[in-house]
Amino acid sequence: MKIVTVRRVSQVFFFLLFVWFCIVSTVGERFWQLRGWPINWFLQLDPLVAIGTILTTHTLYWPLLWALATVVLTIIFGRFFCGWVCPFGSLHHFVGFLARRKKKVSQKIQLNRYRKAQSIKYFMLVVFLAMAAFPSAAATLQTGLLDPIPLVTRSFNLVLLTIIDRSANLISVTERFYEGAWLIFAVFLTAILLNLVIPRFYCRFLCPLGALFGVIDRFAIWRIGKKPTECVNCRLCERDCEGGCEPAGNIRISECVLCFNCLDGCRHNVIGYQTKPSVAGEIIEPDISRRGFALSLVSGLFALGAVRLSSKLGSNWYHKVIRPPGALPEEEFLRRCIKCGQCMRVCPTNVIQPAGFEGGLENLWTPVLNNRIGSSGCQLNCVACGQVCPTSAIRPITLEEKRGAGEFTEAGPIKMGTAFLDSNRCLPWAMDKPCIVCEENCPVSPKAIFTREYFSTIRDGILTVKGIREQSGGTVGLTVEDNLMPDKFATGDYYCAIENGRRWKITANTQNSIGIFSENISGKTLAEGSRIKVQIRLQRPYIDIEKCIGCGVCEHECPVSGKKAIRVSAVGETRSADRRLLLKG
Amino acid sequence: MSNKENNSFGRRRFLARAGKAGIAIAGCGIASYLLYDPTGPRPGVEAEDLVTLADFSVPRKQGQTMCIVQGPDRTKTVNKVIELLGGIERFVESGDTVAIKPNVAFATPAMLGATANPELVAEVVRLCYKGGAKKVIVTDNPINDPASCFTLSGVGKAASQAGGKVVLPKTHLFKHTTLTDGRLIKNWPIFYEPFEKADKLIGISPIKHHHRAGASMSMKNWYGLLGGRRNVFHQDINTIIAELAMMVKPTLVILDGTEVMMTNGPTGGSVSDLKRANTMIASTDCVAADSYGCGLLNLKISDLPYLAKAEEAKAGTNNYKSLNPIFATIS
Repeated sequence: MKIVTVRRVSQVFFFLLFVWFCIVSTVGERFWQLRGWPINWFLQLDPLVAIGTILTTHTLYWPLLWALATVVLTIIFGRFFCGWVCPFGSLHHFVGFLARRKKKVSQKIQLNRYRKAQSIKYFMLVVFLAMAAFPSAAATLQTGLLDPIPLVTRSFNLVLLTIIDRSANLISVTERFYEGAWLIFAVFLTAILLNLVIPRFYCRFLCPLGALFGVIDRFAIWRIGKKPTECVNCRLCERDCEGGCEPAGNIRISECVLCFNCLDGCRHNVIGYQTKPSVAGEIIEPDISRRGFALSLVSGLFALGAVRLSSKLGSNWYHKVIRPPGALPEEEFLRRCIKCGQCMRVCPTNVIQPAGFEGGLENLWTPVLNNRIGSSGCQLNCVACGQVCPTSAIRPITLEEKRGAGEFTEAGPIKMGTAFLDSNRCLPWAMDKPCIVCEENCPVSPKAIFTREYFSTIRDGILTVKGIREQSGGTVGLTVEDNLMPDKFATGDYYCAIENGRRWKITANTQNSIGIFSENISGKTLAEGSRIKVQIRLQRPYIDIEKCIGCGVCEHECPVSGKKAIRVSAVGETRSADRRLLLKG
Repeated sequence: MSNKENNSFGRRRFLARAGKAGIAIAGCGIASYLLYDPTGPRPGVEAEDLVTLADFSVPRKQGQTMCIVQGPDRTKTVNKVIELLGGIERFVESGDTVAIKPNVAFATPAMLGATANPELVAEVVRLCYKGGAKKVIVTDNPINDPASCFTLSGVGKAASQAGGKVVLPKTHLFKHTTLTDGRLIKNWPIFYEPFEKADKLIGISPIKHHHRAGASMSMKNWYGLLGGRRNVFHQDINTIIAELAMMVKPTLVILDGTEVMMTNGPTGGSVSDLKRANTMIASTDCVAADSYGCGLLNLKISDLPYLAKAEEAKAGTNNYKSLNPIFATIS
């Protein structure tokens, strides 16, 4: 079998494997659901994730050890990952192939030539790594913005799969939504469409992971190069060169993605994959100058400094950045989150959403809870997000830890924030309407939402009694002088009150009478001409801040839609000491 | 010569082009005529293809409309209540498709009693098959995430293992309904499709404290049939529960008072919220069942206005004693 055929099989295999892992990232027990599938494997193989987190945390989180395998293989064989494994690379490869299929050989050679701008990716890598290596604790991990594995993971999981499943309903019973996912799609689509301009545009010019491989494959033991055989300089080797590394001339090893199209294209067996350097010469190092390196380093440092000027990690933190349960304190969280979207994908209730720009530039596409989206806020008995987080930005907590049970009793439950009641919008508080859906749905025991009974005299609710007549079964009929809407007070929530504070439940009403339920009422208690008040019994919700865990079920269920009457904000979250609200007693 | 040829060719081409133009113009004209709307959009929602939930009830048998069995073991008590009401054959005919509507509202473990007991649901599924059912559907439109509710409550697994088919509330399974004589259920989406195909309907619900409604039992269980923004109905909880009892005419309801949620309902969250009452109630009249059930929560019938409302609407009787319920005890 030809080596390019083997490469194609490898690409198709890894691409399908990637898609399969996307599909099975659904909580459930069936074989096509999450039941031990290594859905993070591609993210773990990605050395940019490993090196990024090493720079920010000075540790290598154990599942990321997989990246060592990639690094070792790259050192031995070169950028095999780009040409053989990377699902995003394979996609670019395929689209680029389609786009240039009908072009003339000379045009193809022209398209696949080396361009000076290919060094942009190295500068991007330096910018990202400078931010990650920022002195002191202020580092941030932003590689995920363009790191191809997180990029393709979130694009497939949050956009493509979600749209396809809209009609299939396979991965979710109800439609799933991701706020601002259009931007994720726009980036993805742009990257794909750029292949129409230049094949593997993203890989050649933008990919920070490719840049990282370009830096480390300087040691590659085997390389593409010309053998000392006679070369007729037909340049067919450059016709389909995926990396734009110019194998006909002075080959640029750092750009070579090991597609082997040169080897396959050469009619004279000049190109080889060998340990000896190319007889036509080779350029091992990436094409970046010392000045360029220094400039991007300094730019990276200042860029992060500039982002941090918004004080989004300080007093100006955005209250809607509600992190999933088990998320690390914000600074540490930002040093680990790679914006891959696995937590958003796996969340069974769809409450975890990609953040927009509100919480600061660094916050883009990191997970936040939006209780207005999804099937029911953050479910009490669920810790799926932490279990799938590839970098432990969300720790893999247990249910016991989340709920503050067992050995975590003293620590108490994890609070993601606190619910606040908007009494200007709440039905029982502002509109004399009974409701307490929030209380009903509060999953905490004892409930963090409790009620206080309040009898509110309704508008035009003071009536004048005209007469009293006894009825059967302990009910009493009061005729009144006023005009009433029949049955309006018969809902079981209305009461009739008199001056001295006595009160009876209204069971029925006609246009000019109301029926009340009472065993001992007489002309003495209610004389003709006396005034009665029609009151509605309200249970007004209150929040017990010590019990509230900020799960957002109340906000999700609140019938006052649009802007809910009870809303969670991140204040009071247990993960950061400086956002606590409660005094520890 | 060539000039003439050119001319004739040009004429032919012109005629062909004119023909195509004519067809295009005619097409535009016909399309405009067919799509012509002289009034424009009107306010309000047009009445959709409204559906009505079928009547699933079986003929009444004097003295066999309600049964209460005391005992700690749900499997035994549920078998007994059904036996005393005339056996499963009275409720399920050979070849029937039976829909079972357990209360699976919350994603909580079975031991917390916020959802219908899985063993009880499984036993009823088995009984239905014993009675000759062709297919048994187990379905609900929960409050929490549907898939999680069926998984965590254990109802999904128990029902499937007993041979039941779990149907999750996918969006396309909802249709709009209007309740005749109803005030609240008007052009409202209900979880319809699983019940459209069913011949019989059995409700299974625990007895739970409910801060707004007083209690959540077999009538409140039908809340799970409502779709849309159903929470708005909490403004008039008694009317909506009574209307649900009017809308749903079940074959049988099973009200499980083996363990009763006394406080912190309807979600519960702690075993300390539960109290053992060892009571299994079954009735063809859900109003009567609830009228008995409220006693286990230490509530009077008058504490739950929806019972009187349902009786008034002739959805059932809140005077369960008038049905002469059968009482039995098994160990």
